Amino acid sequence: MLKQIEGSRAVAEAVALCRPEVICAYPISPQTHIVEALGELVKGGALAPCEFINVESEFAAMSVAIGASAAGARSYTATASQGLLFMVEAVYNAAGLGLPIVMTVANRAIGAPINIWNDHSDALSQRDSGWIQLFAENNQEALDLHIQAFRLAEELSLPVMVCMDGFILTHAVERVDLPTQEQVDAYLPKYEPRQVLDPREPVSIGAMVGPEAFMEVRYLAHAKQMQALERMPAYAAEFKAVFGRDSGGLIHTYRAEDAETIVIAMGSVLGTIKDTIDEMRLPENGGHRIGVLGITCFRPFPHAAVAAVLKNSKRFIVLEKSLAVGSGGIVATDVRMAVTGVGLQGYTVIAGLGGRAITIKSLRGIFEQGMRDELERVNFLDLDRKAVDKQLARERTIRRSGPIAENLLRDAGVVAARNY
Amino acid sequence: MEKPFAITLDPGSSLANRTGSWRTFRPEYVDRLPPCNAACPAGENIQGWLFHAEGGDYEAAWRALTDNNPLPAIMGRVCYHPCESACNRQNIDAAVGINSVERFLGDEAIKRGWKFHPSAQDSGKRVLVVGSGPAGLSAAYHLTRLGHRAVIHEAAPLAGGMMRYGIPKYRLPRDVLDAEIRRLVDFGVEIRLRTKVSNVLEALQDGFDAVFLGVGAHIAKRAYIPAGDASKVLDAVAVLHDMEGAQLPDMAPMLGRRVVVYGGGNTAIDVARTAKRLGAEEAIIVYRRTREKMPAHDFEVEEALQEGISIKWLSTIKEAGEDDIMIEKMALDDKGFPQPTGEFERIPADSVVLALGQDSDLGLLENVPGLVTDKGLVQVDAAMMTGHPGVFAGGDMAGNERTVTVAVGHGKKAARAIDAYLRGKTYAPPPKPELATFERMNPWYYSDAPKTVRPVLDIIRRQSTFEEVLGGLDEHNALFEARRCMSCGNCFECDNCYGVCPDNAVIKLGPGRRFQFNYDYCKGCGVCAAECPCGAIRMVPEEN
Amino acid sequence: MSFQPIKFYQTGTFTVGNRLLPPEQRSVQASAKRFNSINSGHRACQGCGEALGARYAIDAAMEATDGQLVCANATGCLEVFSTPYPETSWQVPWIHSLFGNTAAVATGIAAALKVKDQGGTRVVAQGGDGGTTDIGFGCLSGMFERNDDVLYICYDNQGYMNTGVQRSSATPPAARTATTMAVGPEPGNVFGQGKFVPAIALAHDIPYVATATVADLRDLEAKVRRAMEIRGARYLHILVPCPLGWGTAAHDTIRMARLAKETGIFPVFEAEHGEIRAVLPIRRQLPVEEYLKPQKRYAHLFGKQPHVEVIARLQALADRNIRRYGLLEQA
Repeated sequence: MLKQIEGSRAVAEAVALCRPEVICAYPISPQTHIVEALGELVKGGALAPCEFINVESEFAAMSVAIGASAAGARSYTATASQGLLFMVEAVYNAAGLGLPIVMTVANRAIGAPINIWNDHSDALSQRDSGWIQLFAENNQEALDLHIQAFRLAEELSLPVMVCMDGFILTHAVERVDLPTQEQVDAYLPKYEPRQVLDPREPVSIGAMVGPEAFMEVRYLAHAKQMQALERMPAYAAEFKAVFGRDSGGLIHTYRAEDAETIVIAMGSVLGTIKDTIDEMRLPENGGHRIGVLGITCFRPFPHAAVAAVLKNSKRFIVLEKSLAVGSGGIVATDVRMAVTGVGLQGYTVIAGLGGRAITIKSLRGIFEQGMRDELERVNFLDLDRKAVDKQLARERTIRRSGPIAENLLRDAGVVAARNY
Repeated sequence: MEKPFAITLDPGSSLANRTGSWRTFRPEYVDRLPPCNAACPAGENIQGWLFHAEGGDYEAAWRALTDNNPLPAIMGRVCYHPCESACNRQNIDAAVGINSVERFLGDEAIKRGWKFHPSAQDSGKRVLVVGSGPAGLSAAYHLTRLGHRAVIHEAAPLAGGMMRYGIPKYRLPRDVLDAEIRRLVDFGVEIRLRTKVSNVLEALQDGFDAVFLGVGAHIAKRAYIPAGDASKVLDAVAVLHDMEGAQLPDMAPMLGRRVVVYGGGNTAIDVARTAKRLGAEEAIIVYRRTREKMPAHDFEVEEALQEGISIKWLSTIKEAGEDDIMIEKMALDDKGFPQPTGEFERIPADSVVLALGQDSDLGLLENVPGLVTDKGLVQVDAAMMTGHPGVFAGGDMAGNERTVTVAVGHGKKAARAIDAYLRGKTYAPPPKPELATFERMNPWYYSDAPKTVRPVLDIIRRQSTFEEVLGGLDEHNALFEARRCMSCGNCFECDNCYGVCPDNAVIKLGPGRRFQFNYDYCKGCGVCAAECPCGAIRMVPEEN
Repeated sequence: MSFQPIKFYQTGTFTVGNRLLPPEQRSVQASAKRFNSINSGHRACQGCGEALGARYAIDAAMEATDGQLVCANATGCLEVFSTPYPETSWQVPWIHSLFGNTAAVATGIAAALKVKDQGGTRVVAQGGDGGTTDIGFGCLSGMFERNDDVLYICYDNQGYMNTGVQRSSATPPAARTATTMAVGPEPGNVFGQGKFVPAIALAHDIPYVATATVADLRDLEAKVRRAMEIRGARYLHILVPCPLGWGTAAHDTIRMARLAKETGIFPVFEAEHGEIRAVLPIRRQLPVEEYLKPQKRYAHLFGKQPHVEVIARLQALADRNIRRYGLLEQA
């Protein structure tokens, strides 16, 4: 059924169609609309049986989900940014215990400086947590990925994080195709836990494991996650059979077949990139052989699939909304690992941090630079070089140089000036 | 369930970890000697029979009791219960009323007609028992249990010895005495009345393999008191003995309206209280020392005082006249001995009864080789045997502590020694376990429960009749009293060790079977021993 | 009192059992068929009060729920000594997630069971004082205010014993721990800090709050039983002496708990819907020295120059408990 609705609402309705049994909610922008919508569905009786629990923190949200999942309930929560970081201990724990929780992360920058706008710093900080991480390009995919996420999580007994760009997707009103309950029921079997807290068959879950077995436990977490590389395409195929559209899978490519330069990215920015590339491929614009590789499944990282796409190109540009401070790109690191030994030229472009707009104009400029191999290994899209140079100079000359964020804002004229 | 590796585990699998290897001390169950048992002259296992009584199984209790003492109904009346004086419960509230429970069990046995189970064995040996007092009856009983034939020769027309001819009826009703003797006869003890043994070695010739002497001490000690011809001076033994023959009040000894009893023992009290019951307006005990020094038991003194008997402390009788006596005041010297003061007083008296102690008639022992007597007492070894092999003795004739209970104990001990002797062995008593002292217990666990006071006969009736002064407990009270027992040093299955073990290392074996330590898991923390109410667990260092 | 006093049977309700009692009056722990929710082979120290308290409480909960029980456990001694791979001592469905989230995990379990099992199976969460009064306090308070159907049991041994005896917010004043050292002008833990979580639980107006000690088994079992009769958030705070952390003899564990109660140091009470309904009165009142002296963590108060003023302050705290909770009144 086609509906013109907000992304958060679309996700909420998709989650509801998956018949979650326990939902925990703690407000944080830009995720809040999702749990609000779910709460309404539960309270109104549309989603039943389901327990909707208003918890006191994200740490509790994930912990409640852990308990619920271990007791055999399909469990869901959503968070973003600081909230994700506040629950980190439990995020790792859910993965370590192998509990198939599905969580939406409405991607948002993490502070300080506090910032509510979109980038991927939050989700990518959890790339080693043991969760499967899926990134949605648009609201339709966000919706679809949630349905696939439950399937994947419960099959592998691993938690899955569905990441969608905060505000850009969560608050965007778009037309989406909402599946029917029958379709979802046909696709998503009833949750049969691999382990459960059951008085009829008592077990102890969460033992203390020492050096004698810890490596093996971690290896198994890795091996299990790697199984998702096979499952994801299969579930995407099944999804297409039931719902009639392509969604999910490990990666998506766009005009990559003949591309010498391939731009790699995750999430909603792929739309802008595709538009940019379409423009660049126009004969009047030089007819550049440039294509796109969108990564849907970031964890496990689809090394082979990425390598297969890149192997016939000359270079790649990873455009990512995250920064490994002191190193460079996060996604880029994985891409480089995927093409180890292939001898490709590769560039990292850090873009859109904290909600900085990524424009076609800027993208086109930096892609063209890349195609001329004029880029640094790590580049910052639309960085205000003047502002940072000023601050760096200030720090070199003044001991008490003051807080950086406030300095930059003042320099930009956003706050009242005060001299140092 | 297909369980994730390592982080999810099968229930209870820690049983594979034998934590017993941590132990440096191990707990062990012990049976310590309860102070009541240690103090009982008859060697009763008091804690043992109370254990059954606590559960309401009175017959089992009575049988456990009569393993050692065949006369519980008598004991429950005349025993001075040193067990109660030793009872650890005094440290909490008051001693357990052991004696009253014993009496309840004895009376219950009479009421229900419980009999002793006949002995399974027959040694073919015959043992002569001289005297049917408590020592003789006890010896005969235990000999019979051990499979020997016991034949009692009793000089008096009725059996019982001093229990009949020395203890007033108001303390020991004769139907009770008769019932317990009859039960012994039914059990197989042969009693030949009016059969005086005047020469023990001759009597032994009559097909006996050994002899136990329990002739008692029936001869009153005399003191020289100048007395006029008309004065009436009697002895206590005779007075009490004559009471037994008196079927009607007017056949009782004529003591007069004002009776003076001279002496400070229980016999003096008995006589004074008897005199009161015979109608004396005044019964006065004259004793040369103070109340603290008086050999009579305090509770008997108290009962006598309640009944209106007066006592002249620190007084000796200097002379007896026709209707009065002269007494001299005494004073205690530095060493606590009474010394005359030269101060005299006359008090009216129709008769004077001397209660100055008794001697045994040892005429039957003349010319017994090896047998030694000293100050009127037959000398015996630890096995109650005299210097003459095969001749054993006990009771009043062999000891200074002259109580029914001591006599019963002598009889038992002698019977066991005789049994060994008849088998050509020497009796060796089993070693006694260490004492269950109060310090070894954890009294926290006993709930507060003061002693049940036995009903006491109304004072007017006490002064005029020979009805029993102390009543018995009813079943409810007896049960309550039994359950006041703290079971010192002996497991009473309170489940504490089982419950308080942090390692579940105590195995409960079920009712009556107590507990067992599971040393595979016991870490030796000792909480069980610390929290055992009765001190029946000890901690022992592990070897190596 | 929380339990019905029974007729005089030598030991009343003080001992674990008594062969003279009719079976229905015996404690759960007296039964040869008790569940032993936490089994032998666990690695708790000798004389561990927490191992004992856990078995008392969970066995009672198992009895009350007819075995339909799931447990969530905070990180801490109890978790570590009971479930080192490859062995677990638990015989109940049991989960350990984290140190500070146990109340929330239990909330999740309760929610799942409400959906899956119509609430037939019940949930107990358990943790030490660190996991309860400190790091887990947020989740605990959240669980309370939502009135989730969870019985939370805190085994209070008054410090972080698992990590080597550090101070928690349940560590009493003057006590020495590895982080409140017995040095300086005011040795040991400071006065005027710490919190008594049962009182905070009361302030949440949850249906049931009680305290207990391992020295009063019958009382403890009755409280678990009562707690399991009630739906909603319930809190049971059990004092469990720690031989290691308190510096007491292994065999003195129960005695220490008894002394804590008999001195008034630890009030034992029961409350429903925010109102105290009953206290376990002091039976034989003792001065606090009786409780303090056997513990090495208070050793600096004694010795050649006893800190009489500190002991007096501790006595004043006990006296305040006695007044506040009416511990000397007859039951």
